Amino acid sequence: MNQCDWQGATARIPWRPALSFSSSPFVTILHFLYKIMAVHGPFVKIHPVVLASIVDSYERRNEGASRVIGTLLGTADKHSVEVTNCFSVPHNESEDEVAVDMEFAKNMYELHKKVSPSEVIIGWYATGYDITEHSVLIHEYYSREAPNPIHMTVDTALQSNKMNIRAYVSSQMGVPGKTVGVMFTPLTIKYIYYDTERIGVDLLQRTRASPSRTNGLTTDLAQVASAAGHVQEMLSTMLSYIEDVLSGKVMADNSVGRYLMDLVNKVPKITAEDFESMLNSNINDLLMVTYLANLTQAQIALNEKLVVL
Amino acid sequence: FENGKTQLFNSRGVVLKIIKHYQEEGQGSEVVQGVLLGLVVEDRLEITNCFPFPQHTEDDVDFDEVQYQMEMMRSLRHVNIDHLHVGWYQSTYYGSFVSRALLDSQFSYQHAIEESVVLIYDPIKTAQGSLCLKAYRLTPKLMEICKEKDFSPEALKKACIGYEHMLEEVPIVIKNSHLINVLLLDLQEKSTVADKPELLNLSSSNHLEKSLQLLMDRVDGMSQEIVKYNTYCRNLTKQQQQKQQYLQRRQQENTQRQSRGEPPLPEEDINKMFKPPQAPPRMDTLLIAGQVNNYCQNIKAFTSQNLGKLFMAEALQGHSS
Repeated sequence: MNQCDWQGATARIPWRPALSFSSSPFVTILHFLYKIMAVHGPFVKIHPVVLASIVDSYERRNEGASRVIGTLLGTADKHSVEVTNCFSVPHNESEDEVAVDMEFAKNMYELHKKVSPSEVIIGWYATGYDITEHSVLIHEYYSREAPNPIHMTVDTALQSNKMNIRAYVSSQMGVPGKTVGVMFTPLTIKYIYYDTERIGVDLLQRTRASPSRTNGLTTDLAQVASAAGHVQEMLSTMLSYIEDVLSGKVMADNSVGRYLMDLVNKVPKITAEDFESMLNSNINDLLMVTYLANLTQAQIALNEKLVVL
Repeated sequence: FENGKTQLFNSRGVVLKIIKHYQEEGQGSEVVQGVLLGLVVEDRLEITNCFPFPQHTEDDVDFDEVQYQMEMMRSLRHVNIDHLHVGWYQSTYYGSFVSRALLDSQFSYQHAIEESVVLIYDPIKTAQGSLCLKAYRLTPKLMEICKEKDFSPEALKKACIGYEHMLEEVPIVIKNSHLINVLLLDLQEKSTVADKPELLNLSSSNHLEKSLQLLMDRVDGMSQEIVKYNTYCRNLTKQQQQKQQYLQRRQQENTQRQSRGEPPLPEEDINKMFKPPQAPPRMDTLLIAGQVNNYCQNIKAFTSQNLGKLFMAEALQGHSS
């Protein structure tokens, strides 16, 4: 079954229900499992858009609801799972029972499928810190929808002063044949971005720094200026590090030294005249293009005026 | 409404969703589109959510767009997401979005909801280092013209519309909530640093070539339109002259006949004889002019960026040499 793929989770002890009941081969196999577990585990790659949607739906929750749940969509392959989209599902939770609107979940999934047919349901998320018994029930439902679903929790209540984002997969527990329980084993999470996504997130990080939490999109030249400022900051950090090493305050690290060598060698060594000529020709090209663009604009403006005559 | 609604508040989820949608679905020069949802607050338009439209495929003939939209909005209402339609977004290829289709769609949106905007997302420019997202709205003058559907030169002359007054740009502001700030903080700690700051990339000739090529195509189209208009003008004046000549001849003949005592020739309907030539619709010309203007501005911004980068490179060389 697919559960075998997920057994390589880190740090917890998954029990294999298909094993025999005698203890000694069981123990050796357990040792073996420990070894492979420590090496690698299945990853969950999350796109930031998913997290943003989750936080957004948490902020819009109904009065009285303490947490929000929803479906995760994405793609899964042998070793890792990629979460690319999500939508929230209305649900009601009380002390002893939980009701989730499954019709709604199915509908939304159909609609989403029309836009991106390659996404499938790969799990569900919930806000809040702990995993409750209700989660088990909901998880069971999702296991009917998808093979081996992932459960993700986002701690929006900020219990430990940080937004803990964790992912789990369920595995059977207990002695087979008798009472079986379900245990959630955690998985490692990696954040993955498309290039353009990263740029979007960078912009949002800058928004974070401004006091009124707002930010306009800057003009082009200003962007180059800010990028240059960035590089300057990085250079000054490096310079201070180098000075510390030279004066003996900090131990020299060989790998850092190698990177520095790479960096200095990357600036291409060109003779002054060659560089001058290259620079000038490039600048000439750009100036010519600017001139032509201005000319075209003047032309159409003129044409406009002539027509109106 | 006239000067209000000057700002657009965009919440970060929307930005990311648009980026993701293009990345996954739109390849090459196809456009991806979607709907923007939000609220109108005092003098601001707040965009709080969005959802994408599926691509139009040939084998999907029975797919009903309106129904898809309705279902999405109904479902979103269940989870307390604002379901007021405030606009739509579209991706663009090198800035070529000023087209008839855009005008029509935006007109229908703006007709229904006054403050709606179209968000144009330029993925290629964004990949070069900085998010390129602009919001546009049709000017009130253009709205009127579209309503009348009268695109002849006289009507446009009356309204004094130039290509610069077709679309007005609305400034965008991005707003984060506190919780999202916490999220961002978390993300920043956990994710790896971007390894290529694309913004400082010096190789620009490819992009410049493409833009210039598109500009040239448009200018060609523009010159064709101008030629059409010129021929129309010339035909019009020629026809006027012919009319005059005919009238004069008629007069002469009539006086001759009168002097000979015969009944004058009946006044024929000149208008039927000299049908005025069809005035070419000026709307396309306006659109092309607007597009050319857009291209020029993009190119100028691009070259100024590159000049800055070149000077930086020079400074770097100056140090080491």
